[in-house]
Amino acid sequence: MARSPSTLRVVLTHLALVVITLLALYPVLWVVRMALSPSQQFSSDPTLLSGRLTLQNFVDVIWTFDGGYWLFGAQLFNSLVVATATAGVGLVLATSAGYALSRWAFPGRDAGMSAFLVTQMFPGVVMAIPLYILLDTLGLLDSLLGLALVYATTAVPFSVWTLKGYFDTIPVALEEAALLDGASRWTTFTKVILPLARPALAVTGLFSFMTAWNEYILAATLLGDPRAYTLPVVLQSYVDDYGASWGHFAAGAILVSIPVVALFFALQRYFVEGLTSGAVKG
Amino acid sequence: MAGVTLNGLYKRYGSTSVLEGIDLDVEDGEYIVLVGPSGCGKSTLLRCIAGLEEITAGTLEIGGRRVNDLSPRARNVAMVFQSYALYPHMTVRRNMGFALEVARRPKAEIREAVEDVAAMLDLVPLLDRLPGQLSGGQRQRVAMGRAIVRRPDVFLFDEPLSNLDASLRHHMRVELKHLHRRLQTTVFHVTHDQVEALTLADRIVVLHQGVVQQVGTPRELFDRPANTFVGTFIGSPSMALLPAVGAGGTVRIDGLEGELELPGEGAMTLGLRPTDIEVGRGPLRGQIEVIESLGAEALLHLDLGPDRKLVAQVPEPCQAQPGEVVSLLPRVVHRFHAETGERLP
Repeated sequence: MARSPSTLRVVLTHLALVVITLLALYPVLWVVRMALSPSQQFSSDPTLLSGRLTLQNFVDVIWTFDGGYWLFGAQLFNSLVVATATAGVGLVLATSAGYALSRWAFPGRDAGMSAFLVTQMFPGVVMAIPLYILLDTLGLLDSLLGLALVYATTAVPFSVWTLKGYFDTIPVALEEAALLDGASRWTTFTKVILPLARPALAVTGLFSFMTAWNEYILAATLLGDPRAYTLPVVLQSYVDDYGASWGHFAAGAILVSIPVVALFFALQRYFVEGLTSGAVKG
Repeated sequence: MAGVTLNGLYKRYGSTSVLEGIDLDVEDGEYIVLVGPSGCGKSTLLRCIAGLEEITAGTLEIGGRRVNDLSPRARNVAMVFQSYALYPHMTVRRNMGFALEVARRPKAEIREAVEDVAAMLDLVPLLDRLPGQLSGGQRQRVAMGRAIVRRPDVFLFDEPLSNLDASLRHHMRVELKHLHRRLQTTVFHVTHDQVEALTLADRIVVLHQGVVQQVGTPRELFDRPANTFVGTFIGSPSMALLPAVGAGGTVRIDGLEGELELPGEGAMTLGLRPTDIEVGRGPLRGQIEVIESLGAEALLHLDLGPDRKLVAQVPEPCQAQPGEVVSLLPRVVHRFHAETGERLP
């Protein structure tokens, strides 16, 4: 039997954990404090106990109107649509592509995989000008469709690689068993393979969603109309050349992070690995 | 239920040939075991019958119908994989009923079929569990059950017992035999375990390098192996092969004293099984190197001379001691052609 650790060791371990937790929480508390503070000044005081606390910053950020038009609502909607569309397009194209790349050998497969990887080597900002010209030609500037397409160009290769890697780990024997059970290729894919790939689908979907949700540079370049803005562009506008409303910025930052945190919690049960355990001997 | 006929069946991957013209006629309800060393093509043959591999040349008929170009699902065969290949996200019940679910059979019918087979295999208490919650033996039975529920024309078993421990394997072997007697469905069973082959098969097909070496009942293969390969492959411990020369009704093993009264002239290879050697009398002499006790019997590892080894099986208790020199009488001797290794008449 293992000896129980000494009291000193327990105390030291917990002390270290407390310090690490405080370090991790400090920036979060700092933002929360700024969001709840009535002033718009920058402050590095993370305590919630001193000074007056107010929700005014949240109210100001949420109730932003542009001549009777609820701007924040529209911008939140824009972000949700663009991020969901990016994740959706990424997943739909990448599941079929990743599956094909995992299961069949065909001419150009390896070259195609490498090409996907090469596209990931360039930061989005390098492509900002060509993309601007492209979207302008297509009449897709200031449009959510245009932005979602741009984001999908990075989401798809990333998702294809991730999903291909996951499909590789699903035993081919499961598909053969389904084929012998009379299932068509499509039934095998939808009833056997996809349910098993849920953890990978959740992770890649969340990553694509988060990338699109947080992206600023391309959104700021390709969107000119405030009604078409996504939330990162809005956030940045609180801290610009003309002045910095740190209270509004902090409140906006918290609001922006809520959907991502919620999504993370909703999907976290799929992140547990080992869904294929029991498929084959063990 | 259906018979299966293989006619000049070839399988090649590019320039690599895996199956070399397999001819086999299997009657309805027969239990066929395919054996051979790793890479002999036995699993490939099974996968060709299943439709998971394309047949390069030749014909495959199931129930008198040519099925070369039919998809796996159109062949009405069921396979039990070595890895079991149970769907990990489905309960035992759904795993077993999946084929019927895909065929859009009524739910009540699926439930009844699954529960019938589950009762047959003692799986009823496990029906609502996931494969990950089952032991190896239980998974194996579920894989069996999944195959049976479909009522296929042919069962294909790909080393179904190889992942089980020895006692469970023995138990499942007996169960397989019972099941076959009950269902009377044609079975192709691939194994490299010759005990499995000898105990289960109506007929055994021995494969080596993609070529059928011999097809016959376990008794035929044991008593009259067609060549040295079958002779050494079937039977444990293996048959000893000794080069010899025959002249005038007697045969002398190269390099040894003592003659055996056997027909045949010129060079030949003699095959001696451990069970066919009597110790204590006879024309051959050998020194005991090692004694392996197996409980009811013992194996004597004998040194007859340079490069001439032999194993003899004797009943326990065995009085002999290592180092002792004993006389040996081969009761049955198999004679093979010295070069081709084919059995001599």
